[in-house]
Amino acid sequence: MAELRIKTLVKRFSQASGAVLALDGIDLDIPSGGFTSIVGASGCGKSTLLRIIAGLEGDFAGEVSLDGRPVGGPGLDRGMVFQEHRLLPWLTVEENVAFALNGPTPAEVRELVSEHLELVGLGSFAKAYPGQLSGGMAQRVAIARALVNRPRVLLLDEPFGALDAMTKIIMQQEILRIWEAEHITMVLVTHDIDEAVFLGDQVVMMSARPGRVKAVLPVSLPRPRDRSSPHFIDIRRHIFGSFFAEAEETFAYAI
Amino acid sequence: MSGDIALTRTIAAAPPDSGAGRRTALLSGLGRTALYVALPLAVIALWQGLFELGLIRPILLPPPTRVAQAFWTLGLSGELPRHVAISLLRVLEGFAIAALAGLLLGLAIGLSKKVDRACDLLIQLVKPIPPIAWIPLAILWFGIGEAAKVYIIFLGAFFPILVNTVDGIRQTDQRFVELARILEVPRRRFILKVVLPGALPAIMTGLRVGVMVAWMCVVASELIAASSGVGYLIMDARQLSQTDVVLVGMITIGAMGKLLDSLLKRLERRLITWKTSFGGQ
Repeated sequence: MAELRIKTLVKRFSQASGAVLALDGIDLDIPSGGFTSIVGASGCGKSTLLRIIAGLEGDFAGEVSLDGRPVGGPGLDRGMVFQEHRLLPWLTVEENVAFALNGPTPAEVRELVSEHLELVGLGSFAKAYPGQLSGGMAQRVAIARALVNRPRVLLLDEPFGALDAMTKIIMQQEILRIWEAEHITMVLVTHDIDEAVFLGDQVVMMSARPGRVKAVLPVSLPRPRDRSSPHFIDIRRHIFGSFFAEAEETFAYAI
Repeated sequence: MSGDIALTRTIAAAPPDSGAGRRTALLSGLGRTALYVALPLAVIALWQGLFELGLIRPILLPPPTRVAQAFWTLGLSGELPRHVAISLLRVLEGFAIAALAGLLLGLAIGLSKKVDRACDLLIQLVKPIPPIAWIPLAILWFGIGEAAKVYIIFLGAFFPILVNTVDGIRQTDQRFVELARILEVPRRRFILKVVLPGALPAIMTGLRVGVMVAWMCVVASELIAASSGVGYLIMDARQLSQTDVVLVGMITIGAMGKLLDSLLKRLERRLITWKTSFGGQ
């Protein structure tokens, strides 16, 4: 059962020097309730792909559909977490989360906000301002804000890329816990192979210029995954090899 | 795991416990005040010194002692407070109208490309005309009563407020605009929670510049056609060759301007607590 379906997607950006082909014929099925990692070098169009799914980029050829309905713009069925937290500095943590809510009564807003702050482990920081939070905490608030509308899909655009190595590992565990608690589809874009394998049910490998899907690799390791297990390292080596095979050969000749 | 709150905002240093520490703090406070007032005091001292040496003629520039005396007399007689109050009232009236109009039109222009396009040429043409150049027309239209002065002040304060409001709105962070699109935030909330708070620092700058210009305009308009106000006080004293009273008026204008700016600065600090900006080293 494929929930999020991308068919022959082509995206061009027009620049002063002419049109640049950012994505060239992407075909991808993202299963419902699964965790899909998209990994690739910078400039491979992986963020553009995610922004198209989010509805932030229009003007593409091909098809993107969620549950059979074509994606034409932003919608609350898709939440998004950006690399920077994008919290409004003049609002408290709880006001930032409530910023996302449109319909409900004040009482419902309070309940939804506190429920989601608990989910990300920040219940006691409701009254704090973003400037008082560490990078990891701010990103947790951003996750709570993206989830508060109960989207079907959570899109994560290198959300841990700006965090230090320790915080990053904690946040990776946290996002898995949240994924398991919320039963939603997650799509993570990253340049970190280790992160892609640790989190994903499937890892989509993209090549750059133009952006194409190179391969889709299912990862069936049981969770919690052990990053030092031979199987984990095998998968990582395989992905690493397919990205850097040419570079490694050159290196070997040089020696 | 979430116990690591990094308090990046400055927390006021705890008061020093020891007597020595307190003395150091007191001294550094005195040092700061001394640094703040040293330059104006030096100017006054130099001024008085030149007079004592007989290098300046009191009719051209009376010494600080004589100016202080005039301050005292005019203050006690109630004449100075009366003129200040009248000028201040005019400024407040003109500034209030300018702030209201500047903010509303600035909001409309900042939010809508069409309104911007429609208003831009007229604004660009009227903006460079100094408010003072409007005085002849203002007198023809409104006579020499209060309305003419309030109109001049309005013109002076309006443009800085308008321009800064538009600038502030146009500088809305594109990343927040995207966020609001993703979350399908309604337009009203987008304006209230994203655009206006983001534009607030620029709006406050506009208000501060506006109040300064308003204060300059009131004096200018009172110099030309008035029978009260600080500008009138100066002009009247000039005709009677009371140079000391002229200086009293000038210094009062400076002091009132500084006071108004300090008040707005304080308001700004209260409204914009989330912004950490470079304050010099």
